Amino acid sequence: MIIPKLALRNLLGAGIRTWLNVIVLSFAFVTIVWTQGLYRGMSRQVVHATVEAEYGGGQYWQENYDPLDPLSLEDAHSVIPESLNSLIKNNQATPILVIQGTIYPNGRIQPVLIKGIDPQQKILSIPSYFLNTEEEEFPALIGTRMAKSTGLKIGDEITIRWRDANNTFDARDVRIVQIMNTTVQSIDQGQIWVPLNMIQALTLMENEASLIVVEKELKTIPEVSGWEFKTLHFLHTDIREMVKTKSSGAMVMYFILIFLAMLAIFDTQVLSIFRRRKEMGTLMAMGMTRLKIIQLITLEGALHGVLAAIVAAAYGIPLLTLFASKGWALPGSMDDWGIALGEKIFPAYSAGLVLGTTVLVLIITTIVSFLPTRKIAKLEPTDALRGRMS
Amino acid sequence: MDNSRVIETKDLVKIYVMGEYKIWALNKVNLNFRKAEFAGLVGPSGSGKTTLLNIVGSLDSPTEGSAIVLGEKIEDMTHKQAAALRNRHIGFIFQTFNLLPVYTVYENVEFPLLLMGLSHEERKKMTMDALDWVGLADRSKSKPAQLSGGQSQRVAIARAVVKNPAIILADEPTANLDAENSYHILDTMERLNKNLGTTFIFATHDEKVIRYLRRKITLIDGKVARDEEMTPQKPAGEKQ
Repeated sequence: MIIPKLALRNLLGAGIRTWLNVIVLSFAFVTIVWTQGLYRGMSRQVVHATVEAEYGGGQYWQENYDPLDPLSLEDAHSVIPESLNSLIKNNQATPILVIQGTIYPNGRIQPVLIKGIDPQQKILSIPSYFLNTEEEEFPALIGTRMAKSTGLKIGDEITIRWRDANNTFDARDVRIVQIMNTTVQSIDQGQIWVPLNMIQALTLMENEASLIVVEKELKTIPEVSGWEFKTLHFLHTDIREMVKTKSSGAMVMYFILIFLAMLAIFDTQVLSIFRRRKEMGTLMAMGMTRLKIIQLITLEGALHGVLAAIVAAAYGIPLLTLFASKGWALPGSMDDWGIALGEKIFPAYSAGLVLGTTVLVLIITTIVSFLPTRKIAKLEPTDALRGRMS
Repeated sequence: MDNSRVIETKDLVKIYVMGEYKIWALNKVNLNFRKAEFAGLVGPSGSGKTTLLNIVGSLDSPTEGSAIVLGEKIEDMTHKQAAALRNRHIGFIFQTFNLLPVYTVYENVEFPLLLMGLSHEERKKMTMDALDWVGLADRSKSKPAQLSGGQSQRVAIARAVVKNPAIILADEPTANLDAENSYHILDTMERLNKNLGTTFIFATHDEKVIRYLRRKITLIDGKVARDEEMTPQKPAGEKQ
């Protein structure tokens, strides 16, 4: 136990030099945990929002359905099979019919996706109950982004046009009954939500759907011919990749931060070994072995990491907790990222993240602290006492 | 070996190789030191005083010949064994004090005991005793930078004697001190030599030190030129 005691004594005795290194390293600690937490929070938020508003517990896609290919929509619908119908009746799934259409807001022409949804559904957080109107009107629901890009407001009437099952154009006037505020762009931009039964009737696609969203807790996923089940893992592929890309970009910053901190420690160690040769000679004269001196100097360097972790905890825990509770406000332009971020990101930290970062920084600090001490292995006591390097 | 002999050198040779040149720092030195001697190695610079002190202090090893310290052959020792010998049995006093700057006086003196693995209580008692011997118990919390040269050297003496070693090797211990402090230091070391039976060997060319010696060994060009018993002639008039 003598070495840790001496190392700590030497480290604290070095005063401002120690604290400068510790502060730089603690800054690296806090920044890494914070940014990692930010990306973790972002990923968690996006996943949560899309599950709630779009994916549910997964989706059955009609075999021709491809959300990335609007031209395929013409054929991407079929009668809901009986096995899925029973899920729908048990409120364990909700069907959505997607067809291509056109709207004419303010005299302009704009292509849209017309999505039919059951106004009674409870699977998704889309406020479809606004479509549940007794009046003889054709209600429609749009998102805030769609409202902004088209200039539509609640109560506005607008003409929509589509092709029915016979490829014949048909059109109706719809009334905007609600503008929903959602963070999920993929249920908002370029889309108009209407009652499922009405659009099925108007398109001559009775009891047909393009996709069926199942509830989150659904245990058994039946195999259905002509329909393919897409798991949440599959549906979140793009989000995962995007967060991974953003997170990888942040790695550059970690490397710079860690590099700067390690440079400071390496420099301190090299300088320390150079300046403390006489001290090392004295330690040898008092009976300390070279191995013990190497351990002492390495531990002195490595303890920078431990002190930095303590200092980082002292100011980092309150700071990161504050961010986690208040969130990090995002500029409006972040909406263009195309993922459901919302107005704020709430960083999410885990014990694994903090522990992993701490262990990583401690290992790197120890290696960096050890490297310059290899010179001591060749140090002769007589040379050291004269202040020379062997 | 005679039991009272603490150090014995046989045809001790130390050669330094400087490029194409060989420098004979010690050339067949044969010397014995007994327990409780108060001896000095004197001679001009480059005569081999410090080299001899380093070898018998197990800080260096001979090129040829043998140095036996407390029954152990220095030339056969591993680095670890040499470190253990220094830790247990040999105290060093240096010209430039070599105190550890970030430690207090107490911690500096305590250091060899920490390496020996003694308990906190033992260390505390022995450290305070050593500081008492050199009259610095009241400065135990000071840092080396807050001490005068004389006080620093007394701390170095306390550090050397704290473990009650068999041998203390002092390399020019008074070179950085004024006359008053030099005599104070020498009185302290002489008292310790008499009270504890510690063998003191000095490397010096300071006349003040030479007057205290009971044995003077003159080295010239790495050889023992003279080895004479002395009667200490402490200059009462010069001392305070």
